[in-house]
Amino acid sequence: MDASLAKTPLYDWHVAHGGRMVDFAGWAMPVQYRSVIQEHKAIRSGLGIADISHMGRLRFEGPGAAVFLAELLTRRVADMALGQIRYSLVTNDDGGILDDVLVGYFHNSHGQPFFLLVVNASNRIKIVNWIHAHLTVERANRPGEEIIWNDVSRLWAMFAIQGPRSVELLQPLVDVDLQSMRYYRGAQSPILHPAAQRQGCIISRTGYTGEDGFELSLGATIAKDVWEVLIELGQPMGLVPAGLGARDTLRLEAGMPLYGHELSEQINPFQAGLGSACHLVGYDFPGRDALLKLQNQPLREVRIGLTLAGKRAARQGAVILADGRPVGSVTSGSYSPTLEKSIAMGYVAPEFAQPGTELQVDIRGQIESARVVELPFYRRNKKGTKA
Amino acid sequence: MSQRQYTKTHEWVRVEAAPSGGKIAVVGLTAFALETLTDLIHAELPKTGQKVSAGKPMGEIESVKAVSDVYSPVDGEVIEVNGGLVDNLEHLADDPYDKGWFVKIKIADESGLAGLLDEAAYQKQCEEEAH
Repeated sequence: MDASLAKTPLYDWHVAHGGRMVDFAGWAMPVQYRSVIQEHKAIRSGLGIADISHMGRLRFEGPGAAVFLAELLTRRVADMALGQIRYSLVTNDDGGILDDVLVGYFHNSHGQPFFLLVVNASNRIKIVNWIHAHLTVERANRPGEEIIWNDVSRLWAMFAIQGPRSVELLQPLVDVDLQSMRYYRGAQSPILHPAAQRQGCIISRTGYTGEDGFELSLGATIAKDVWEVLIELGQPMGLVPAGLGARDTLRLEAGMPLYGHELSEQINPFQAGLGSACHLVGYDFPGRDALLKLQNQPLREVRIGLTLAGKRAARQGAVILADGRPVGSVTSGSYSPTLEKSIAMGYVAPEFAQPGTELQVDIRGQIESARVVELPFYRRNKKGTKA
Repeated sequence: MSQRQYTKTHEWVRVEAAPSGGKIAVVGLTAFALETLTDLIHAELPKTGQKVSAGKPMGEIESVKAVSDVYSPVDGEVIEVNGGLVDNLEHLADDPYDKGWFVKIKIADESGLAGLLDEAAYQKQCEEEAH
């Protein structure tokens, strides 16, 4: 493994437990431990845990933080309730997507409010530079509207605990009622275990799997000990560690876009089907004027889901055809362990985007039949959760 | 039955006498290769009658994460393909050297066999790759 890669606090644990380490956005991360399919199925049917400490975490506080973020993100921020989390985009002046992010509004253990922006690991430097370009020293020190921000990506670890048994595993460790916590909500809590050394965490009902689950942010210094506690407590519940491979197949089934695949600076939110993540009235953010124009224009291409007749995966870059003529390309594709067939997302001209449309995909020279389907490919049964 | 030999690209080869004279190479993927790949979803095998060349791709093995070429260890012609393989990929790693054969190739030039690895040399290569 390349010694220059960044390591999360769990690096040694991953290696010791058979994690196959790969370079992901400059981080040494486990793509899988034993089997991607087993890890995927464990999360769909029971419980899995993934180290996502490579995610970029930017923390904002001070009286000017809410308005600054409202003027950076496509989504409203200033009206967020404590504990609320929103999915948002960061767009450039042309309306192209710079990143997709989660923004959360929390109190720390001292009762001080702050915003947490979770950005893609692959975009962290770009977004940090984008913030520097828009948050001048003058702006950050405007009397009464001061803003203090830090990149806490290295200071905080982050775990994704996903699967229908997540509440069962985590409830004994926190003092907030997880059963009643709504989706896209979070809270500050102590970690009720000596391994946490009296440190707290932020726990949120969020994830990137299409399954019920939580994400846990905690200090890097206690991360490994708390992880081992979770692994031990989860043993009787069938908890398995999951790598980036399973996270990718899970999010694909859930129809969730991944930056660098479905999202890029060349794609605007309307093409990606993310118009609902853009509030174009109210705060002015980079790209808003461009998006106001784009929203009334016909789309050149739109994001679709495809199921394929064969088992072979249509991978990123595979050409999508209609009656043999190229009409778009695949952005992500894999064998779906839940549906037991090959699924893909991609972009095509709007006239081919209607569910039921019969298309083809060129998989390394072989033409495979494909059908446009509605996204997501998989939707969990929400019975029993108060989402 | 002869000893198994191996390629650097993780195919195994067992040379058998052909009923009609000459020699046949039975070819598959090694246990090490299958353990490394995991999560197999598809194998694209050559057709019977297809000419293959030593060191050149003759098929593909696809896992959830990636597609890898399968190389022919010898020059020759495919005379038989393991048709049941594609539908039983989840069991391939259980029996890679017997039920898990991919193709049988009528060897055109036996001199190519000299370049294959024996068991000890192949194990050494696997140990190095595992690090």
